[in-house]
Amino acid sequence: MVDRSTLPELGPERAFAFPAIHRTTLANGVRVWSVQHRQVPLIAVLALVPVGASSDPSNRPGLAAITGDMLDEGCGDRSALEVHEALGRIGAQLDLDVGYDATVIGLTTLERYLDRGLELVRDMLVRPRFEQREFDRVRELRLNRLLQLKDMPPALADRAFAQMLYRGHPYGHLPIGSEGALRALMVRDITSFHRRAFIPSRTTVIAVGDASHEALQKSVQRAFDAWSADEAEPVADPETFAPAPAPPARLALVHRPGAAQSELRIGHVALPRRTADYHAALVANMILGGQFVSRINMNLREDKGITYGARTAFEFRRAPGPFVLHASVQSDATAEALKESLAEIRAIRGDRPVTRQELELGRASLTRGYPRNFETADQIARAAAQLALYDLPDDYFTTFVPKVLALTEDAVTAVAAKHIDPDRLLAVIVGDRDKLAPSLKALELGDIADVAP
Amino acid sequence: MNIPFTKHTLANGLDVLIHEDHALPIVAVNIWYHVGSKNEVPGRTGFAHLFEHLMFEGSQHYDSGYFHPLQEAGASLNGSTNADRTNYWEVVPTNALDRALWMESDRMGYLLPALTDAKFENQREVVLNERRQNYENRPYGLAGMAIVDALYPATHPYHWLTIGAADDIRAAHIDDVRAFFQRYYHPGNASLALAGDVDPQRGLQLAEAYFAEIPGGVRPDRVRVSPPAPRSEDLRLVLEDRVELPRVYIAWHSPPLFGDADAELDLVAEVMSSGKTSRLYRALVYEQRIATEVAASQNSRELGSFFQVVATAAPGRTLMEVERAITKEINTLIDRGPTTGELERCLAQAESHFLFRLQTVGGFGGKSDQLNAYNTFLGDPGYFEQDLRRYRSATETSLRAAAARYLKPSGRVMLSVVPRGRVALALQGSSAVAVS
Repeated sequence: MVDRSTLPELGPERAFAFPAIHRTTLANGVRVWSVQHRQVPLIAVLALVPVGASSDPSNRPGLAAITGDMLDEGCGDRSALEVHEALGRIGAQLDLDVGYDATVIGLTTLERYLDRGLELVRDMLVRPRFEQREFDRVRELRLNRLLQLKDMPPALADRAFAQMLYRGHPYGHLPIGSEGALRALMVRDITSFHRRAFIPSRTTVIAVGDASHEALQKSVQRAFDAWSADEAEPVADPETFAPAPAPPARLALVHRPGAAQSELRIGHVALPRRTADYHAALVANMILGGQFVSRINMNLREDKGITYGARTAFEFRRAPGPFVLHASVQSDATAEALKESLAEIRAIRGDRPVTRQELELGRASLTRGYPRNFETADQIARAAAQLALYDLPDDYFTTFVPKVLALTEDAVTAVAAKHIDPDRLLAVIVGDRDKLAPSLKALELGDIADVAP
Repeated sequence: MNIPFTKHTLANGLDVLIHEDHALPIVAVNIWYHVGSKNEVPGRTGFAHLFEHLMFEGSQHYDSGYFHPLQEAGASLNGSTNADRTNYWEVVPTNALDRALWMESDRMGYLLPALTDAKFENQREVVLNERRQNYENRPYGLAGMAIVDALYPATHPYHWLTIGAADDIRAAHIDDVRAFFQRYYHPGNASLALAGDVDPQRGLQLAEAYFAEIPGGVRPDRVRVSPPAPRSEDLRLVLEDRVELPRVYIAWHSPPLFGDADAELDLVAEVMSSGKTSRLYRALVYEQRIATEVAASQNSRELGSFFQVVATAAPGRTLMEVERAITKEINTLIDRGPTTGELERCLAQAESHFLFRLQTVGGFGGKSDQLNAYNTFLGDPGYFEQDLRRYRSATETSLRAAAARYLKPSGRVMLSVVPRGRVALALQGSSAVAVS
């Protein structure tokens, strides 16, 4: 019979060797990283350029994102349709992503198509055609997307949150940009942005998969060797951005009449990715709202039942990104959800500091499951890309677990107190103003700023 | 290409499948119960999913929630319910396998003693909030309900979505939980798969140790239902919603999961809408620019599937134009079949999708989940290669035949979702549907 009086203790941990990254640099400055990962005959290739929506000129929000979107709309000797025919032929999965600080092309394909995959990634990155006809079509699709976002509470909340939190700052708009800016864009804006931003000495190409380092390195070299370095003007590094001004209000509302729920964002500008407090901030977040058994989720979902789930996160970027709580809560409990969330955030730096038990749980969740993040070629490539994007040390993976385990309750509470300030929190609500206004007033967060959908 | 495994059935009826993969020090634990929303009855829809929530609220010997001891061990975990089955999984570090099996077996064997009114009422509220978040407050979020409502008669268990009707969720009773548990949650109706850093012999010993004591129940009868009568004419419906752009959904009944022509229709969906060179994307979005997006899918399920095309009209364009263009492309496929090049491309994509599925041991779609899917629906966890063969053996002729047989331009359900107050934007002759 099973002893059901106590849970089984955990056995000894099995050692895990992090994948080794081999690093070389081509004559033109392209950094080439390879990782052998021989479980499945697949290859993941990731090309990273550390330029994203935060490099949008202030009158052209959306420029970096549409530039990224245009990369596969015809490049090298292939038209837009031919690019996608070629991708389909090698069974490739393509993922183009433009974030605030980076543009990333990710491609996964069968090992035997490594060179064909790399050639396509190279052409997208280096030889996009940026044809007028394709530009007109892609812009129209993005404008339609913007129109549809007006009905999506999470998108409305994200946009209002970015606008309020980062007024006049390069993080103050969503990567997709605005209608007016998209309409004003011309092909030459994209061409010149691409010339300025996509240069070999800024680019890292990461190849991970079922081949030797030599084979991976050689294939990347063959694909990228001929890319010649233009003299390019530098793009501002987000680390040099001036800080955003304090938001003009504590409470902002996007009116959505008759909304079945209120979409919430609560947060403020917090930490950059490169901070000595990184590991402690991760643990603090796990305790506060970073996982199912965190304080905020247990309160709002498991105790009150007023949401399907609430989570918090530090969104780490090159410049300080936000600490933010995400939740969608039933309309008649909006004020309660706000009040409870603010109280939880206040308590962790006040009368309910991190306990020993919470510390251990937070540390264990982060460290014991850490090897899971290195299961697929794509996961490994993306983990490596973090090192490239944020200039993290080569031993970052191997030091992660010891650094987390070295933290104490006091250290974690102190970091929470230092970087999460309840008096600076901005709350954005997408919900029914008429129903919510009276109960929100009682929160004494000041006037409600109206944000247009 | 396959997922090597061992299979044993314990005396109580529990199937135990084990796949060894020592690449990482992790093991996936995955359990399928062969019960879903198709086992519900009208008036109590949404119950299988509500029940799934209660499985995370603690059991007799560990009654402080399901997540804590597993997150503390470094696990990721989740569960999901669909029309046909309910699954639960943990991916744990190797040293926590015992703990995960202890927890899974405790809720399989001893859930009810820990059930309370407070837990039940709390999770009922959580589920109502899940419904608000993912259906009621989401653009086009109620369209799926309108489609299945129209495709299947009220007596058919696919007539409702797994999330269920809000009033039914409110009407659920704690006594229903007890009956449901006894009927569906026992070893004889479950399949346990372990995949990862585990020796098969030790894995089986552990499964025996933790699960053998749970009494086997009677395996519930398979749900049997006569297939919905085919319609002779198209059914046109309109739903008003808080959306900017009108969208049309076109749905046809199609053969069940793993049935004859199921794989072909999957490939037809690829030919029609996967990638920019697919027929519908190219015609509607790329060339004519009458739609902002288009997607085709074969939605495969045990009792019968439906094939669906969804397209959103570009501003200033009408659903009539969009529907005509879709019908034209499908009719062309029926008349002439795919080209050799198209078939080659789709087969290359299908082949790599099968390879992609071999990358993870656990989670939704990982190797343990796939072993359980094949075992639960076919009784054969080793079906991976045969499954791939279903795709490899497809031909231009078989795709064309499948499209001709199942995607006729008649007897379809055509749903227009239009901005509120603008019913005139629907396809002509549409009648209003009420879903909420």
